[in-house]
Amino acid sequence: MSGMAARKSERLLNLLIMLLVQRHYVSKERIRAILYPDSSHEGFEKMFERDKEELRSLGVPIEVGNMDPLFDDEPGYRIPPDRFALPDVNLEADEAAVIGLATRVWGHARLAEATTEAVRKLTALGVPLDVSALDIAEPRLSADEPSFDVFWEATQERCPVEFEYRRAGQATAATRHVQPWGVVRYSGRWYAVGLDTDRGEERVFRLSRVQGTARRAGKPGSYDVPPGTDVRATARRLAPAPVTERAVVLVRAGAGLALRRNADAVEAGVPGPDDRTGWDRVTVSRSGPGLADELLGYGADVVVEEPAELRARIIERLAAVEGAVDGAVSGEEQG
Amino acid sequence: MSARPPVQAAAKEQVARLLTLVPFLHARGQVRLEDAARALGVDPEQLVRDLKVLLMCGLPGGYPDDLIDVDLDALEGEEGDGVIRVSNADYLARPLRLSPTEATAIIVALRALRNGAGDDTREVVDRALSKLEAAAAEGSAAAQIDPGDEPPAPDLSRLEARLREAAEQRRQVHLSYYVPSRDEQSERTVDPRGVVTAHGFAYLDAWCHSAEAPRLFRLDRIHEAEVLDRPIETPPEAPRDLGDGLFSRSADTTTVTLHLGPAARWVVEYYPVEEVRPQDDGSLEVDLLVADERWLQRLLLRLAPHARVVSPQEFTESFLTAARATLSLYS
Repeated sequence: MSGMAARKSERLLNLLIMLLVQRHYVSKERIRAILYPDSSHEGFEKMFERDKEELRSLGVPIEVGNMDPLFDDEPGYRIPPDRFALPDVNLEADEAAVIGLATRVWGHARLAEATTEAVRKLTALGVPLDVSALDIAEPRLSADEPSFDVFWEATQERCPVEFEYRRAGQATAATRHVQPWGVVRYSGRWYAVGLDTDRGEERVFRLSRVQGTARRAGKPGSYDVPPGTDVRATARRLAPAPVTERAVVLVRAGAGLALRRNADAVEAGVPGPDDRTGWDRVTVSRSGPGLADELLGYGADVVVEEPAELRARIIERLAAVEGAVDGAVSGEEQG
Repeated sequence: MSARPPVQAAAKEQVARLLTLVPFLHARGQVRLEDAARALGVDPEQLVRDLKVLLMCGLPGGYPDDLIDVDLDALEGEEGDGVIRVSNADYLARPLRLSPTEATAIIVALRALRNGAGDDTREVVDRALSKLEAAAAEGSAAAQIDPGDEPPAPDLSRLEARLREAAEQRRQVHLSYYVPSRDEQSERTVDPRGVVTAHGFAYLDAWCHSAEAPRLFRLDRIHEAEVLDRPIETPPEAPRDLGDGLFSRSADTTTVTLHLGPAARWVVEYYPVEEVRPQDDGSLEVDLLVADERWLQRLLLRLAPHARVVSPQEFTESFLTAARATLSLYS
């Protein structure tokens, strides 16, 4: 770290201590005289503004008030110790243990980091840790959608956002304006819930359908979430229900073990599309998307019989491979 | 993160570290530099630089007694015992409250953990949650971020516990394991080392007597696991740390470059990729290490037609052949 950064750290921390230990508001003049003695008036104003902002962004509560009730033109500053410090949490050893496990949940770098920082603060005062007795399966929360962070922060700060959104089954995206109320995971996907201000109605948006990144479109704190809003219930009411896909497929004898293992039904020794091996008829069900992907992965060991729509989708995707590869090759030649 | 000049970001982060370091030391009295560095996730040299900043801070009186005292000789001197001693900083004895993002992140993570907990543990999670929710109050959006209530595959926790126990007791395990790249059920005897988590999946790390090499077995692909009465035959070893890259490089891997359309972008989140190069149209070019060509073919077929091979060329041909052979079964 450079000397400049170290000097700036000193100034920030000294400012924090100064405002924290005084019982009353500290005047700007006094702050300037002690911590910014060599700055011009303008330089001080700029630096002081920035320093306050940086401390606030760390979560340090800096209050502004009047020094003298008779003159409202001289603002003073203070950091109330009870709002500054983490309240007493008094974790038991087993509670500290589950809190320690929380650091491994997020598959999202920034939130994993924030969780780890929270745990360091919570255990800074010393808590015995005991992980031995826990009966727990560690889940992993991923959030790969590029706009997840924007919706998370907008929800936290109550800040309107705008974004391009492509609805299911539509080829083009449209610009939407939303006041986010929450972000909800439902059947394996993240959704934003909020008020669509163009339509004046509550809506859910699947984050994976947001094109590009969402943008802030307003000031923090510019709306309130309607009292009593249950974001989970709203998402379930408005998001499409998870579908169970069922398929009847022909599987080469000896192949498709994962399909057979949890099949609804297996009928051995049926006529198949070629005579190279024997074939079996297997019926499978899957909840959520991805059955076509899974079946395609087996290549020439699996053929879909039903439903016709799934069969058509697989044929279409396989036929498109040729074009995708050729198109890319000729594109590269031109370019 | 925004494009903040590095000096400012560095100073802010340093202040954040100090606000946790001082309460940590205050609660413990004297702590060795290495121990503090490990507990706080900071490099020891950085920790000394942080302490030098602390030395320049204190009450706004300007007298030497007003400054925070740090015994630097103990850390840097020839005779130093490597123990951190900080005094005169009582007003920083309590950690800074959780920022809104920290509070939300940890509460949502705990709610997700709750879904995978047994009844007794769920009670512990609930106690921890209610304490955190009370402490977090201001500005947290925890109530508005919902991780859902889907439990992680419930039977895996029992399997995991049995495998961990077998590793601790140094007993061999017989596995019936599904190998997706070969679409094969395999039977093997392994010397278990432990269970590790990476990319959202739990793996058994073990010495495999069939492969005569260490192998990772994804728990959700273990069909049956029988803990044997036989002791392990290889020297006991701790499981690998998968934190920095899932699979250690083996000699016989090929670097394959793929072009992934927007619908196939998820690949980079699920498989360890060497490099990702975003393209202007929202697609990606990625390099990944492939140990088994059958695995690559299966992946390309799953993604059809949203992925293609950029190099090496021979994989394009084998992919086309596989796609054509599959398509021909439908005619």
